[in-house]
Amino acid sequence: MTATQKRIIINRIALGFSTLSAIIALAFLFWILGVLVMKGVDSLSWSIFMFEGSPPGYAESGLKHALVGQLILVGLATLIGVPLGIMAGTYLSEYGKNSKLAHTIRDISDIMMSAPSIVIGAFVYAVVVMPMGHFSAWAGAIALAIIMIPIILRTTDDMLQLVPGTLREAAFALGAPKYKVIMDVVYRGAKAGILTGVLLGIARVGGETAPLLFTSFNDNFFTTDLNEAMPSLTVTMFNYAISPYDDWQQLGWAAAFILSMFILGLNIVGRLILLAGKRK
Amino acid sequence: MASIIDIKDECSLHVRNFSFTYKGATTPSLKKVTMPIAKHSVTALIGPSGCGKTTLLRSFNRMHDLYPGNKYEGEIEFEGRNILDPKEDLIHLRTKIGMIFQKPTAFPMSIFDNVAYGMRLQGIKNKTELEGRVEKALQDAAIWKEVKDRLKHDANGLSGGQQQRLCIARAIAVEPEVLLFDEPTSALDPISTQGIEKLVIELKERVSIIIVTHNMQQAARVSDYTGFMYLGDLIELGHTEELFVTPKEKLTQEYITGKFG
Ligand SMILES: Nc1ncnc2c1ncn2[C@@H]1O[C@H](COP(=O)(O)OP(=O)(O)O)[C@@H](O)[C@H]1O
Ligand SMILES: [Mg+2]
Repeated sequence: MTATQKRIIINRIALGFSTLSAIIALAFLFWILGVLVMKGVDSLSWSIFMFEGSPPGYAESGLKHALVGQLILVGLATLIGVPLGIMAGTYLSEYGKNSKLAHTIRDISDIMMSAPSIVIGAFVYAVVVMPMGHFSAWAGAIALAIIMIPIILRTTDDMLQLVPGTLREAAFALGAPKYKVIMDVVYRGAKAGILTGVLLGIARVGGETAPLLFTSFNDNFFTTDLNEAMPSLTVTMFNYAISPYDDWQQLGWAAAFILSMFILGLNIVGRLILLAGKRK
Repeated sequence: MASIIDIKDECSLHVRNFSFTYKGATTPSLKKVTMPIAKHSVTALIGPSGCGKTTLLRSFNRMHDLYPGNKYEGEIEFEGRNILDPKEDLIHLRTKIGMIFQKPTAFPMSIFDNVAYGMRLQGIKNKTELEGRVEKALQDAAIWKEVKDRLKHDANGLSGGQQQRLCIARAIAVEPEVLLFDEPTSALDPISTQGIEKLVIELKERVSIIIVTHNMQQAARVSDYTGFMYLGDLIELGHTEELFVTPKEKLTQEYITGKFG
């Protein structure tokens, strides 16, 4: 056997293995999605959106409390996390650049991105929940925002750096002050990328359970009071799924389905925006 | 040893004993350059790559200030003051001395907004005034006919040559005194290059132009004065025909006859 033949065979084996691995990974993904859709769609009904949680056995039982709570928690986290993340990313790309401080912030942010989210929950418990004396939507949203910030910071930093330096120079050359260059030219050039980062950041925190367990906590009642404990889809799902009651488990499946579709949707939209931006 | 022509006509810029050192560099990239820039004419800068043409050009609008740590020495006189003065108002300076880059730099916005950008920075908000001046600038940049029906379209949809003319329109819309061109045609096809060269010659009625080019034919075609640079020195500055036909310096002679480059 010549060296070339040997190389071709090894190449084929390697290709075979990697294709097989990809198929296995995808098979699991579709299996999960399949089960979720079957069980979830089965459990969906209008009453889910009309009623709040009830003790097991009640017909008028739904997820309204958790859906609204989830939207409030994620919305509030977005309001806190997106401006901070974008501003920090702007600092890194446009002001800090290659300075020591900027590199330190990037490193810390990367570490934060891989920190277990329950640790962030514990941190917020210590600095927000304990001083306040009770669980609250604020605490939950802050925990989610802390998880969101490094993601948005990093994408903003990366996307702004992709904007060619000559474009900035051209704006300066027309007599633009720095903040104008950033607002008018740099942000515009990186619009699609930043938006994608924001959507992926929201998608990431949308599925978090652990940081909410002891920050916003959870209960079965509808509320919009940010100073009170607030139910979320994820924690509700967790509670219902491990319960021994059939109807609660059904609601748990419905919650899982709705949440997954929400996150899948955000991911797809985020990637489509990025693709459309690249194609231009 | 350098041979610098004494320009009798009015000058818009005077470079005197100007040295420039990049951050961290041990030797200056420009060494005691002295050079008058005639008003309402085209001055070309030629010389082998790395000789300091871009560095000199970017000193006129203090572009180097965007990156900290660079050092200017000497004087560049413009409108009666030394623009290298640390107190110089750079925003004002850059509205007076505009720049066109090697690659077109259309902003990610509409054609109209691109041309209006500099005027809006100056606080011009009146819609009719903006529209009038945008049209005038586009006409002066010889691109009005091609874009007048799609002013609201994204400027990045234009061809390279069109984008470069758009950038020229954007620069002249704020009515600068001086325009700096850094190899403006090196990324363009021959037809677009011809268009830009024609434009440069037309524009000198109103602005003083300094153009860096690696192409000697281009310098000969468009410029009134040519400066030959070598290793950070201005070796010779003269009337363009004279410099190309009867150069005074041996180095210039060798460069234009292609002995090195
Ligand atoms: N940003 C920079 N930092 C340090 N040195 C530089 C920088 N830009 C250019 N130089 C150096 O300055 C010299 C002149 O460069 P440049 O003005 O770009 O030449 P040209 O435009 O004539 O090709 C070269 O030796 C180059 O290496
Ligand atoms: Mg150059």
